[in-house]
Amino acid sequence: MTTPQHSAVRARSAPPAGGTPAIEFVGVNKNYLSHGETVPAVKRTDLAIGQGEFFSLLGPSGCGKTTTMRMIAGFEEPTAGKVFLDGNDVTNVSANKRDVNMVFQSYALFPHLNTYQNVAFGLERKKVAKSEISRRVAEILEIVSLTGMEKRSPREMSGGQQQRVALARALVNRPRALLLDEPLGALDLKLRQQMQIELKRIQREVGITFVYVTHDQGEALTMSDRIAVMNAGVIEQLGSPREIYERPASRFVAGFIGTSNIVDGHVDRVEGGLAVLSYTAQDRVVVPAAPSVRQGDRLEVSIRPEKIDMHRGVPPVQATGGSVLSGTVTEVVYHGTSTNYTVATAAGADFTVFDQNASNADDLADRGDRVYLTWAPQHSYMIGD
Amino acid sequence: MSRVRRKIAPYLLVLPGGIWLLIFFAVPMFTMLSLSLQEGDIVTGYRFTGHWQTYTEAISAYQTQLVRSLIYGVIATILLIAIAFPMAYWIAFYGGRRKQTYLFLVLLPFFVSFVLRTISWKQILTDEGPLLQPLRDAGLISQAFHILGTPYAVILGLVYNFLPFMVLPIYVALERIDPRVVEAARDLYANPATTFRRVIFPLALPGVFAGVLMTFIPASSDFVNSEVLGSSDTTMIGQVIQTQFLENSDYPTASALSFVLMAVLLVGVFSYARILGTEDVMKVAAR
Repeated sequence: MTTPQHSAVRARSAPPAGGTPAIEFVGVNKNYLSHGETVPAVKRTDLAIGQGEFFSLLGPSGCGKTTTMRMIAGFEEPTAGKVFLDGNDVTNVSANKRDVNMVFQSYALFPHLNTYQNVAFGLERKKVAKSEISRRVAEILEIVSLTGMEKRSPREMSGGQQQRVALARALVNRPRALLLDEPLGALDLKLRQQMQIELKRIQREVGITFVYVTHDQGEALTMSDRIAVMNAGVIEQLGSPREIYERPASRFVAGFIGTSNIVDGHVDRVEGGLAVLSYTAQDRVVVPAAPSVRQGDRLEVSIRPEKIDMHRGVPPVQATGGSVLSGTVTEVVYHGTSTNYTVATAAGADFTVFDQNASNADDLADRGDRVYLTWAPQHSYMIGD
Repeated sequence: MSRVRRKIAPYLLVLPGGIWLLIFFAVPMFTMLSLSLQEGDIVTGYRFTGHWQTYTEAISAYQTQLVRSLIYGVIATILLIAIAFPMAYWIAFYGGRRKQTYLFLVLLPFFVSFVLRTISWKQILTDEGPLLQPLRDAGLISQAFHILGTPYAVILGLVYNFLPFMVLPIYVALERIDPRVVEAARDLYANPATTFRRVIFPLALPGVFAGVLMTFIPASSDFVNSEVLGSSDTTMIGQVIQTQFLENSDYPTASALSFVLMAVLLVGVFSYARILGTEDVMKVAAR
């Protein structure tokens, strides 16, 4: 963890594999006109998605992720900038002439056509030979485990099955990229988890670039090779799931992805690449600091709840050189695999701490107990804004 | 007690309508059927004799008007689809926030009585009217050119009068189409024309089907448009029935003609449904 975090983030902004990116945005922005006012949906964005990548656009509703995807599909034209598919400028190419396919949020299956007709629709438009169509439809239906459902109409199928038809209908065309707009949003939890694994498997099997739009951070973390976290029309951070989780680039990312404890303070001293923020004689936060950090600077530090050790009563040895914060437990919530504590700390911020329930022992602490929180320096992360 | 009430509640709900239909539909139907098989005249009175020959006589006497009515009905219905579909399409997809206003405008003529509206068309289409007089003055049409009294005028009247009955059901069907389904077609390489042919039109078919039912039947049996805008060359079966009933008091012939018309329309509608595959249409409608 000696690499300065900012260069680490930037290094991963380019797609991992070399060569021509499957999808590339150059200086793209998109404004909408609403009641005579210009509303920016996507602000100046540069983006490169690699061949065969599972790429997620993650963010809250209205962050611009869907608009970004619709610009790839060709349903929206950028106000400025250019969109490239496989190195070809497609900015002014209409949706029906782009070699990408989309899986819609509500599936958008053709209600008057059966499974076979739905899946064959794209190939028929491309004037593929009938025998070839039936071979490829059969093949893709097998991949999505829908063999035998050819004659069913969408109405006669469950949500999960409709989802697979939508997937097959897009994949059968062997597009350059598959765009998925919150495809699992309408499914219940069990089915969703099952489909997540299935989607990952299918993507490995067909080797097509997947662009996945979601507001579900868990989904993005489990499935993606890389994630772009969007907020208010801007990509706040682009990186692997691990990078985004462990080293959030902004307060927004830290808060949006999982649970983060965020604490701020002034730098007391910098020694050996570590900045120390002191609150009282023994309460302090130690964080790996960027070279530019000087004594007296104000820093925001993020710590993941599962990285924190909680001790009851006895103050731990100061010699570890890590962070120590004392506090009082204000909330204890039992979650089965873990227990979550809320601790009011000497740093002024409320901390959330996850403690794995590895043994049958009682909870570490009760409400009102005086506790000490400690964690290693590398688990503190300076949020760069 | 409450279970019993719950069981009979549906029947109670259907009761008013049921009684209404029984009195004003079933009873007159039966009376008319009986009338069509009676003999006599208005002075001496009619007696039931089972004289079915009235049917064959009526058909051979008025088959011209009967066939003409069906032809007018079919032409008017085809024109109605051709005119109403683009209208409904435009309102549904381009109407924006004004959709309700446009629909209201389609319905606006209904605030004036059917006969009055038809008579005003007579004013427009007459030889000295605002349409033909300027054209004749400009030398664009000959002195002998008329619209009034021709089949064109009658069909125009039918199309005009039944337009909302075609626009509304098609509009409802189009309005229900998920815009994402249309986008999906575009995404799957369909150009706008193919998208319309393979997705939008099939999904609007239930609306067209309903519109045809609601216009073809009343248009074929209409007795006002030909009366006001037509001539003796455009007489429709509805007029014949009206004349037999109200002027000639030939109740058996009028009743027999009514039944013949009804039978022809029923056969027409059912074969139309068969050809179009109502089952599929209804499936789509029920989604």
